[in-house]
Amino acid sequence: MTVLEARTLNKSFGALRASDGVSLDLRAGEIHAVIGPNGAGKSTFIAQLCGSLTPDSGTVHLLGEDVTALPVPARARRGLARTFQISALAMEDTVLANALLGAMGAGGTPWRFFAPVRRDQTLRDRAEAALARVGLADRAHVRTADLSHGQRRQLEVAVALTLGPKAFVMDEPMAGLGADGSKAMTGLLDGLRVEAPILLVEHDMDAVFALADRISVLVAGRLVATGTTAAIRADANVRRAYLGEDA
Amino acid sequence: MREGAVNAVLLAGLVAFPIWAQAADEPFLITLATRAVILALAAVGLNIALGWGGMVSLGHAAFFGIGGYAMGILAFHAQTYAPLMEWPFVIEGTKSMPVIWLVAVVASALAALGIGLLSLRTTGVYFIMITLAFGQMLYYFTISWTAYGGEDGMSIYVRNGFPGLNTLVPVEFYGLCLAILLLVLALNAALVRAPFGLALNAARQSPERVRTVGIDPGRLQLAAFVLSGAITGLAGALFADLNRFVSPSMLSWQMSGELIVFVILGGTARLFGPVAGAILFVALEHLLGGVSDYWHVFLGALLLLVVLFARGGLVGFLAGRVR
Amino acid sequence: MTATLLAEQILNGLQFGVMLFLMAAGLTLVFGVMGLINLAHGSLYMIGAFAAAAVAGATGSFLLALAAAMSAAAAAGALVERFVIRRLYDRDHLDQVLATFALILVFSEGTRWLFGSFPLHLDIPPALKGPVTLPGGIEYPRYRLALIAIGLAVAAGLGLLIARTRLGIRIRAGENDREMIAALGVDISTLYTVVFALGAALAGLAGALVGAIQSVQVGMGEPVLILAFVVIVIGGIGSIRGALVGALLVGLTDTLGGIFLPRFFGLFLDPSSAANVGASLASMAIYILMAVVLVWRPTGLYGARA
Repeated sequence: MTVLEARTLNKSFGALRASDGVSLDLRAGEIHAVIGPNGAGKSTFIAQLCGSLTPDSGTVHLLGEDVTALPVPARARRGLARTFQISALAMEDTVLANALLGAMGAGGTPWRFFAPVRRDQTLRDRAEAALARVGLADRAHVRTADLSHGQRRQLEVAVALTLGPKAFVMDEPMAGLGADGSKAMTGLLDGLRVEAPILLVEHDMDAVFALADRISVLVAGRLVATGTTAAIRADANVRRAYLGEDA
Repeated sequence: MREGAVNAVLLAGLVAFPIWAQAADEPFLITLATRAVILALAAVGLNIALGWGGMVSLGHAAFFGIGGYAMGILAFHAQTYAPLMEWPFVIEGTKSMPVIWLVAVVASALAALGIGLLSLRTTGVYFIMITLAFGQMLYYFTISWTAYGGEDGMSIYVRNGFPGLNTLVPVEFYGLCLAILLLVLALNAALVRAPFGLALNAARQSPERVRTVGIDPGRLQLAAFVLSGAITGLAGALFADLNRFVSPSMLSWQMSGELIVFVILGGTARLFGPVAGAILFVALEHLLGGVSDYWHVFLGALLLLVVLFARGGLVGFLAGRVR
Repeated sequence: MTATLLAEQILNGLQFGVMLFLMAAGLTLVFGVMGLINLAHGSLYMIGAFAAAAVAGATGSFLLALAAAMSAAAAAGALVERFVIRRLYDRDHLDQVLATFALILVFSEGTRWLFGSFPLHLDIPPALKGPVTLPGGIEYPRYRLALIAIGLAVAAGLGLLIARTRLGIRIRAGENDREMIAALGVDISTLYTVVFALGAALAGLAGALVGAIQSVQVGMGEPVLILAFVVIVIGGIGSIRGALVGALLVGLTDTLGGIFLPRFFGLFLDPSSAANVGASLASMAIYILMAVVLVWRPTGLYGARA
């Protein structure tokens, strides 16, 4: 079943064609990795999927619904959970507060003015479950700014989890992680695909080939190949355009 | 000292001071303290937008003034026995504080909604300048509004009434103002811990994050701006009643600047920060103003020192940098 | 309504507009290059006016007065940049607002201390007194016409400075990328001081020029400062061209609104309410203009798109 689908997305900035007829689908239960050199248009593609950029033409479908015209919050409420390459978290607040924010967004309950959020057991359960899932349960009351880089990456995933998402869009979750961190994150993502499929944009090729069910290769705004891990490894186009001689 | 202890000391001082002043037979000091309490209320309102919402409004005097004019206009019509309007239905003036407060809150909230809707299309410096400009717009409007005194403003003969109190007795009016301040602070404290406060706090730090969990940060900010304007408007109505006078100067941009000064002097996004700031300001005004006519020079120098070297304000200085 | 009156009001609007431009240019430069919002820019305008009045009073020379105005404002600007403003570049806008608000208090009360509360008088130079007859038989004050000429000349000069000179290249580079300009070996802190002093000198010049047709007094800078903010919000922060267009728009709207709005309402209201409503609306006209521009283009006419 197709959960998230992009149909012939086009987006130009002046003369630069950042997305050139990109079509891609994300199916239930899979991790679909999008790889490509810097400047290939990966960020632009993600932005159009999540709603922070509107495509010049083409459509985005979430669970069969055309969401092209919907802004970021509306897509999030429909179950599209995104993580950022550079952590976008409320740094002055606690780890728990960040997770609670996600739980509130998912529950549609930010418009409560009096009852303390920390006494709302439903929100807390949801937030704490997500933190436990990524291994941050014992860091709940630490200021987010005091987390290590790797822990912030984990918190990004936890906040996405609180949404109870239908699909994840993850922008380089391995960025800046050491060997141990990458390994832990790889294990975490591996277990997540059963809950919701993951569209994974990633530079770390070890992680990509370890995790992905399918891989799409984006070069200069165009998808040059989509296929299973083995097929991509063997694809001559990909080797030439992207993986180079050391592949 | 922890922030809670600082707050407790401030609270005790606010309660004890008028009792002492009453015993020492210094009614002027009670009036001075009332002024501090009302200005604190206005700054508590601003702090919701500025401290928690991250919206640097340089036009909050507009709401302060709208509250003031709500009081002035209603009381003016009550004392001249001329109805406010006769068609399509008759609206009479009033000398009742609760009614005046309600009108002040609603009017300033509506103004904040309009100004907020337009201003929140922008961020950063644009937001600062646009709120400043809207403040000026209303300032010039009141100057040209000759029906209600124009540039000279208008006076009210007798302070408005509150059921069961003699508001003309300084200590009773002080108690009333303090009760309102404490009530609003309690609401503020609840707000900060509630889902709305948490989301607003996050929207200031990372609007992108708030969007990606399905919440529109702009709406949070607009709601906070309206609430903030309404509280400052309520303070404006009380301020006008304290002075029995309202004039365009309540809407001047210096007033907006001073409100920001209260918030920063005390400490941004701290519950009692604006209270500490307003008290400090009024005390300085009283003490330095007695020493030199040019006390603003010293105030300016002090402010510069606080901004450049003592970030976190008075409460931050006393309570340490935990938030 | 005669064509003569219309022409006269347009000239008044232009004169007001170019003076606003002198103020707005400095503000927008300082914001564009250093990212600083400077509320104390109005104080520099005031300093210029006071310096001019003092020097004109002592020497009787208007040219010396103008030179004094520009150098006093530039010197005050450079000092303030060196000792206060410099510490604010990396701060958020809130700290900048507060610190420059504090500077206003210091400058205003300091000036009151030195010169007292009474307005000073600055005379129009004899050569520019009286009216001049323009083509079409319009009589117009010679001094105001000179103001328009000076304002436009400064605008042109500033445009050339930024487009053609080494300083201009550095200013443009500084707007784009602070690290880059430091890497090019330009002494960035000197550049900032120079830009700030340049903006200050323009504000001082405006203060002196306007001081001769209004009174020179403490607090004269702030109303102009706020109008200059409106100007750069309309024009787009950081854009000199935007500042010019915005200043002329604001000048013309304010002047023409004051004349035409009461007449317009006179068409369907009784005279006294027409005068009231018209005057109220006229006093708000530029802010309404700003709101309209803002809804249409949130970053101003020539502002960078977000």
